[in-house]
Amino acid sequence: MTAILEIRNLTKKFGGLTANNDISFDVAQGEILSVIGPNGAGKSTLFKQIAGFERPTAGEVRYKGDRISGLPPHKVARMGVVRTFQETTIFKSMTVRENVIVAHHLRSRASLLGYFLNSAQARADEADFARSADDIIGFLGLVEIRDELASNLPQGHLRALGMAIGLATQPQVILLDEPFAGMNHDETMRMVALVRRLRDERGVTVLLVEHDMPAVMKISDRIVCINFGQKIAEGGPAEIQADPRVIEAYLGSEDAAIGI
Amino acid sequence: MDTQTQAYSGRAPDRTRRSTRQVLGVVLFLAFVFGVVPAFIAATGRWDFYYTLTSVALLSVAAAGVWLTFYIGRINIGQGAYALAGGYVSTILMTQGGVSFWLTLPLAGLFCALISVLIGWPILRLRGVYFAMVTLVLTEVARLTALALPITNGAKGITSIPLPGGVSVMGVTLIPDFATLENPRQAFYFVAVTVMVLVYLVLWRIVNSRLGHLCRSLQQNEELSASIGVNTAWLRVLAYAISSFFGGVAGAMFVSISQSIYPSSFVVQDSVNFMLYCFVGGLGYVFGPMLGTLLLYFGWDLLQVAGQYQLLIYSGTMIALMLVLPNGVLSLFDRKGAGK
Repeated sequence: MTAILEIRNLTKKFGGLTANNDISFDVAQGEILSVIGPNGAGKSTLFKQIAGFERPTAGEVRYKGDRISGLPPHKVARMGVVRTFQETTIFKSMTVRENVIVAHHLRSRASLLGYFLNSAQARADEADFARSADDIIGFLGLVEIRDELASNLPQGHLRALGMAIGLATQPQVILLDEPFAGMNHDETMRMVALVRRLRDERGVTVLLVEHDMPAVMKISDRIVCINFGQKIAEGGPAEIQADPRVIEAYLGSEDAAIGI
Repeated sequence: MDTQTQAYSGRAPDRTRRSTRQVLGVVLFLAFVFGVVPAFIAATGRWDFYYTLTSVALLSVAAAGVWLTFYIGRINIGQGAYALAGGYVSTILMTQGGVSFWLTLPLAGLFCALISVLIGWPILRLRGVYFAMVTLVLTEVARLTALALPITNGAKGITSIPLPGGVSVMGVTLIPDFATLENPRQAFYFVAVTVMVLVYLVLWRIVNSRLGHLCRSLQQNEELSASIGVNTAWLRVLAYAISSFFGGVAGAMFVSISQSIYPSSFVVQDSVNFMLYCFVGGLGYVFGPMLGTLLLYFGWDLLQVAGQYQLLIYSGTMIALMLVLPNGVLSLFDRKGAGK
């Protein structure tokens, strides 16, 4: 297995606070890797640095060998590493379909002037985006609500829409920030299946941050556990569940039931 | 796939019908401003309407720019600065460079677009009320700059600016010299309305192309917009530059009509007004600022009969409008909006 993403000695300090301290791990092509850790462990900060929303204090992130840390988010996205958000971040006053179509921006071949003048290339692009958007909408099972305003959608659909927006950019690596948060058991299981299909059918490498331990254990090929900004363990689900440092990190917190 | 095809074929005639209606609307509008209005004025002898309507047309051009900055999610209270700059650039080019007015018009716009890139690059990082405050200050900075610079002739301003000259190509007069015209007010009206039509055509195309969709994505969520690969910093500056271009063109036209410019030709009050025109017309509608300008400018004039209560009634009505129609007057005609 070759590493598509290499996280090397990543450190992020906010004033006196060290959010990430010397974190290193690899993400292999085509795997589903989860980053877990108690609240405030520095998971979101780690994600933001990978996607270009925060600049690391030290260390670097490499994608297919090229350094991407320090690049602005739109450049990171252009290379193929795309993040979805913890909050249900979507374009609220657009319909589901409009959301997905607009997210095809990276596939634009016409220039903005071309779009303004409605050139042949621009029209071809729009037709292409519409086709691809319908394909993604079908893949994620959003066909019935295609023309609904995004602000009217329930939680579960919003999360799927967030993923549809991410998919529209044709990512090689997708970063999912707490994809199961606030979901009941059934919704979670549906989402788990969806993330699997994302990898199996579309070949997307998935890196996710999550609190829901049963879901993480079910979905992940490998897990990285961080606590107080440090990586404390890395391995398969069984290894992580048995790791004394991981159990200790969760002990006393509500997530202590990691063993189940 | 079958259901999808059905859905599209079901929508296709709808779309054709809509575009027919759009074309019809544009034709009616053009006929009204270029035919009905002059005929009405000639019949009633109310030549002063030309001045009022020319002002409305030009103010709505500046307001169109403000509206575009709203469209990327920024409150712009600095359009007065660009109108002033555009006015001075046009004037100075005409009086000192001997450049034809018709050439200074786009040059004034370009100059404003250029300085707006320099100003916008740092300040467009700010959001919400912080951006609004900086732009508010910008209008004041423009006034003080005009007072201080030697080329703008300080507080005395520049007066006796010549009327626009003629344009002829190979002996054929395209635009007559305004100084030779019996009724330059009517000529200014036609020019102003033509500029307005062009500006709104551009704005309409922007909004209905991918450029506009990207602006909307910016307005709704900048972080998500960046994560789908949009160069948000660049797009913000682009929209702001187009906005300032409109401001500069409007300012240059205004100055040419009044044939004079002073540092106080465009002040903070004007910048605030441009924003209010957008609010009243509707931020979600391309033609919102045009309607807003018409209503507020005319409304203010009509309320002159109320004497000392003019401002009271005007402000009261405005507050009521914003409470009752927060999405602007045009939301009245929007069936989708009304259903909500």
